[in-house]
Parts: sequence; structure tokens; C-alpha cells
Amino acid sequence: VTDLFFARSLMAMSLGFHIVFAVVGMGLPVLMAVAEWRWLKSRDPVYLDLAKRWARGTAILFAVGAASGTVLSFELGLLWPNFMEWAGGIIGMPFSLEGFAFFTEAIFLGIYLYGWDRVAPRVHWAAGVIVALSGLFSGIFVVTANAWMNAPAGFDLVDGRPVNIDPIAAMLNPASGQQVLHMVLAAYVAIGFGVASVHAFFLLRNRASMFHRRALAIALGLAVVCTPLQILSGDALARLTARIQPAKFAAMEAHYHTRAEAPIVIGGIPDDDAMETRFGVEIPYGLSWLARRDASAVVTGLDAFPRDEWPNVRIVHWAFDLMLACGFTLLAIAAWSAVLWWRNGRSLPDRPALLRALVVAGPLGFIAIEAGWVVTEVGRQPWIIHGILRTADAVTPVPGLVVPFVTFTVLYIILAVLVIALMKRQFLETAPPAGRTMPAPAGASELFASSASEPLASGANVSPTSEDATSRESPDDAGGSRTLDG
Amino acid sequence: MTLVTGIGGVILAALVLYALTAGADFGGGVWDLLARGPRARQQTQAIEDAIAPIWEANHVWLILAIVLVFSAFPPAFAVMMTALHIPLTIVLIGIVLRAAAFVFRKYDERRDEVHRRWSLVFGVASLLTPFFLGISLGALGSGDIRAVDGHVVSGFVAGWTRPFAIACGLFAQGLFAFLAATYLTVDTRDRPALQEDFRVRALASGLSLAPAAILVFLLACDGAPLIHAGLTRWWAPLLLGATSACALAALFALWTRRFRLARGAAAGQVSLILLGWGLAQYPYLVVPDVTLESAATERATLRLIAIALGVGAVFLLPSFVYLYRVFKPPRRDAEHG
Repeated sequence: VTDLFFARSLMAMSLGFHIVFAVVGMGLPVLMAVAEWRWLKSRDPVYLDLAKRWARGTAILFAVGAASGTVLSFELGLLWPNFMEWAGGIIGMPFSLEGFAFFTEAIFLGIYLYGWDRVAPRVHWAAGVIVALSGLFSGIFVVTANAWMNAPAGFDLVDGRPVNIDPIAAMLNPASGQQVLHMVLAAYVAIGFGVASVHAFFLLRNRASMFHRRALAIALGLAVVCTPLQILSGDALARLTARIQPAKFAAMEAHYHTRAEAPIVIGGIPDDDAMETRFGVEIPYGLSWLARRDASAVVTGLDAFPRDEWPNVRIVHWAFDLMLACGFTLLAIAAWSAVLWWRNGRSLPDRPALLRALVVAGPLGFIAIEAGWVVTEVGRQPWIIHGILRTADAVTPVPGLVVPFVTFTVLYIILAVLVIALMKRQFLETAPPAGRTMPAPAGASELFASSASEPLASGANVSPTSEDATSRESPDDAGGSRTLDG
Repeated sequence: MTLVTGIGGVILAALVLYALTAGADFGGGVWDLLARGPRARQQTQAIEDAIAPIWEANHVWLILAIVLVFSAFPPAFAVMMTALHIPLTIVLIGIVLRAAAFVFRKYDERRDEVHRRWSLVFGVASLLTPFFLGISLGALGSGDIRAVDGHVVSGFVAGWTRPFAIACGLFAQGLFAFLAATYLTVDTRDRPALQEDFRVRALASGLSLAPAAILVFLLACDGAPLIHAGLTRWWAPLLLGATSACALAALFALWTRRFRLARGAAAGQVSLILLGWGLAQYPYLVVPDVTLESAATERATLRLIAIALGVGAVFLLPSFVYLYRVFKPPRRDAEHG
């Protein structure tokens, strides 16, 4: 096992960890800002409470995400100094812009989280919108840099070195548009279904809770709108990949032999030596149609490339299929939700079967994102810059990389466990106000509004002093367990 | 001033702002760790209240500096990240642990032992991170890190394990602790007993800085000859004078309980120290093989970075100032705390 292996593993682990928090940083502020907007419009305190609860989650996850993002910005150089030396001048631009976006996000998140009593309501809401927008732009800029690694542009290659650098052309490389769109939509789908899952869980226990109904409406709304768009975006990105990274595309589809009328292979066990995929399900003509919109088109297979330029076909193919499985499951749930919403007289679908499906589907968006990043990163191998610089030539000469790999892995596992426990606490401890109300028809909003304002008086303070919190703890805990039992 | 020097200057400015803002947050963590006496819990709470809304934003100055180094001076970044791989990895672990401990403490169970556990992690991470940052900056000036054709040839422990670098690390810790205690005297202006706690801490750490500074200067003679030579150029006495004046003013103001003045003087002192380091190190990014010029990327990129910095500053600086005006109101009668 080489240092290159540990460098790649450490980078993969760091990215895989960070992406979850980055997605939350992009998506949760959108929900937060929508909830606060509804509060400003309707003056219904349930929405204010909702914005504050979501803000607590954002606070925890953003802090971990900012730290793990810092780790990544250093690791670019700590692990891949030759890559940064080569490419820093070309893709430094999107990273600089991302720096500004991240800065803006951190500033206005501080104002949002701690400024409830310090700035005017409209200003406070605007701070939330700026957080959501700067999170979006952070994502856009970073993915632009990654897209450049897939489709390097904006320089001339002379004696193996880049000259005549044009950072704008590098940012606007052929892969940027599709890849950015796919990632942004992925973030909104994942956060929409992820948050919907939590509130569906509580609604299964008390379907009359206005707090959870409104939360589910906002989160599910985002997910239902974005999921079909995401499927379309994925199709466009796949076609682009077939054109500009045919080896990656062939690995995604476990497509070994260049041929016309190529079938799609779903699942199966790719065998590089036999150059065939066993036990897979074939859809005749599917791949030709997918890649070229022509059932008889020729699709380049892995046999067009020397063996040392193949990515790991099994990992890429299985990760790709996993992503698709998640995506189409979510599409089905989104469609089901939309149908029920329509039939329900355009009000929140709350059929228990749907709620149960939503609970189970919560992690799927995140799994799809992880799998998708495996496809794009492992699929680009052996290149760190597609067709130009090999990963093996970019790695640091520093030995013993197993040490930071083990250290960060242990650290991140501990953090992941703690974050999950902490998020769970936030949901249980801050027992949803309407959870304590009697089951009542959904229209009885006044009843819920009045009950919702009770914890607002005691618990709305986002930064309670420890004394306040201690005195508040027991009744809240009691409320939490009651919600669970009921 | 050329484009290259200008961007180098912006990086230095980002580091100064990082020290003034995030440095004080690290110092706050140190005083959290050292919270003692009958008001230990209130001290901890005051520190938490002071940094909670702003620490995330403060932290980004470091990201900005790093991103500028690798965008504008990619070979220098590669050399730094290779030669200083070990201390910078420790810095990263510290950054992760500190951030996690800070939010976990805030949102975890409100039991004393849980609180203490996170406080311990938060405090230790706040103590170690600036130490290894200081070590890394010191190593850049040591002259021990050698690079040929952009490749590090001096191994992975050169520079940062020498007494000079370690003295820089200790000095950074002391500086940040002093800064934090001085800021906290202003933040606790409504609570005289607590304010007095931090005043004593500020005076103690401020006084201890003098011998630490002399130690760094003496060790530089042997451990960082180029820096030492820089500190004896024509502008050096002026800068040294101004720095000493700020240091004395800060101590005097703390002694006479003019806390806002002390805060300003302490900030001035820290800024001038970093400015002196930057001037002494100029034009080197890594002494003696990497200079601003030799590491600069193509002009087209530099020009775009300069434009991005200009446009970004128009949005960013007012936002940053606004953040501070919301949470650190300039007058004591401006809203509650």
C-alpha cells in the first residue's frame, strides 16, 4: 500500500465528509429564509419558530462544514502540491471567488443566528437570503474548479507547462455549466428530502402538528420541484461526459467494447480481464440512445483506451448505478407526493404510507451525492487533470501519509457520531410546540398558534445563557419524550 | 508598487486582520481553559458571548490568505505545504476540534461535566493551533527550507523544529492571549468584577510579551538571519519605536482602566508586529529560495485576482464592519449586550 493510496483515501474521505455539510450550508438557509418570509407575511408564530429551529441546525452543521472546508483548502496543497503548483494560477480564480462567497456567508450567518433582537425584521430576513445566496455561489465556484479538472481549458500547453493562462475561460470550461447545475440541484433535493424525512417522522406521531405540517410543506415543496429537474440535468451531464470523458462514461456504464446499438447494463459484476459484465440487466440500444439520442450510434468502450488509463470500473459503475437508484426512487416519491397534493385539493399530502416513505427516503439524496462524487472523482482516474497530469505525479513527497489518514478518519468518525447525536437532541429537546396539542382538525390554526407562542417566550432565545437553559431543561425534555410516546 | 507586491501586501493585510480577529478568538479559548476563581463560569460565558457571533467570519481571513497564496503564488504554496506538512496538519486538526467543541458545547446537554469536556477540547485546541501557526510562519523566515526548481530538498522537519520557530509559536500564543484579554475588558464593561479579572489577565500577558519579544529577536540573529538583518534596516527603529509605544500605551491604558484605548493600542501593537515581520521578510515568501517575483503566476491571472479583490472588498469590508457594529456597538448606550 503506497502513500499515493493514503493521499487519495484521505482526500476522498475529507471530501465525502465535507460535502454533506456543504450541502446543508447551501440548502438549509433556503428553507430557513422561506420560513422567515412566511412569518413576516403571515405573522404566524409557527413559521418564526420553524426558522429558529432550522437556524440551530444550520449553526451546528455550518461550523463543522467551515472547519472541514478549511481542511480541504489546505489539503489541496498538503497532499497535491504538484497539482496546485501546476494549476493554482488557472483555477485560483474560482477559489478566490469562493473565498469571498464563504466570507459573506459566515458574516451574514453570524447576523442571522445572533441578530434576532439586534436588527430590524426585514434586515434579519435579508441576512438569511444573503446566507442562502452566498452558499449557492460557494457551491457554484468550487464545482467550477472541479469541472476544470474534468475538462481543462483556458491555457496553452507548451513543453508540459501551462502558458497564456485565461482564468475566465478556465472557469467557463465545457463541463462547468452542467456540473454546477447538477450539484446545486442535488443539494436542494438532498436537503429537501432530508428535512422532509425528519418532519414526516414526527407527523406520523401527530398528524395535526402545524409546526411539522408547515415544515414538511416547505421542505417537500423544494424537493418535489427540484427532483425532476435533477433527473433532466443528470441526463444532460451524462451525454456531456460521453463526449468529453469517454473513458469515464464507459466505466460508468461498464461498457467495454466500442460498438453501435450499445445496450445499457444495469448492475452486474464488471470483469476487466474478460472485458464483460456478468449478471447485469441489459436494455437493448439504451446506451446509444442515452449517449447520442440515436439507438444505432457508436459508443466508445474501454477498449479504445490503454489499460493504464482505465478508472476502476467496478467502483465507478456501481457508484453510478447506486446514484441512479437513489435518484429514481426520489423521483417516484416526488411524483407520488405531487399526485397526492393535487388530489388532496392542493394541500399537504399526509397519507401515512407517503410519510413512511419520506422517513425512509431521507438519506437517499445524500447517498446519491456521495455516489455521484465517487463517479466523477474515481471516474477521472488515473488523471488529476483529465488527459494532462496524472494523480500519481501530483502527490506530495511527504512519507507516512497513513498517519494523517488514520488521524482524520478517526476524528471525522467521532465528529459524525457527535453531530448526529447533537442533531437528534435538537429535535427531541426542542419538543415541537404543536406536538403537545391535542389532535385536532388541520384547520384549527389559531389553537396551534397560541400554543406555539408559549415556548417562544421561554425557548426562542437562540443563545440562551446556561442558567436559562438549565431551568428550561426538564420541562422540555418531558415534552420531548411525550412527543415520542404520543 | 507593482501588482505582485500589491497582492503580497493584501495577503499580509489578511493575516493582520486574521490575527486581530480570529487571533483574539484563539486567545479567548486560552482564557477559557485558564478560567479560575469565583467567577470562572462567568468568564467562560463572557468569552463565549463575545466570540459566538463573529468567530466564523473571523476565521475566513485565513482562508482568504491561503487562497491568495495558491492563486497568485502557486509554487510558493507547493513549497510551504510540503515543507510544513506536519505543523500545518496539526493546525488543521486544531481548527476542526476547536470549531466542533465550540458549537457542541453550546448545543450539547447543559450538564457541567459535558460542558467541561467541550471546554477542555476547545481550550487545548485554541492553545495549540496558534502555536503551530506561529511555528510555521517562523519557519518561513528561517532560511532552513530549501527548494530547487520548486521542489523541497530540505526534508519535512527543516525550520519549524528550530528554537526560533518555536519562540515564534510561543510569542503568537502570548500575543493572542493578550489581545483577547484586552478585548474582553471592553466586552465586559457592564460587569466590573469580571472586567477586573480580564484586566489582570491582560496586564499579566501583556507584560510577559516583552521578554518573549526580546527572545524572538535574539534567536532570530542565529535562527533567521535574513529577518534579523531586515529588522536592522533604516525603517526598523521607527517601527520598533511605534510598536513599543503601542505596547506601553496598551499597558498604561489597562493600568488606568481606559479600556477602549487599551483595545486600540493592543490592536495597533499586533498589527505593527506583523507588519514588521512582513517588511523584514520582503521580498521572500520562503527565505531564501522563493520570492514574490519568482513564485508569481502569469500577469493575466494576477490582474484578475486584483480586480476580484477590489470588487470583493467593496462588498466584503462594509459587511464585515456591519457585523461588528451589530455585535460590538461603538457606544455603551447603544443597545443591550
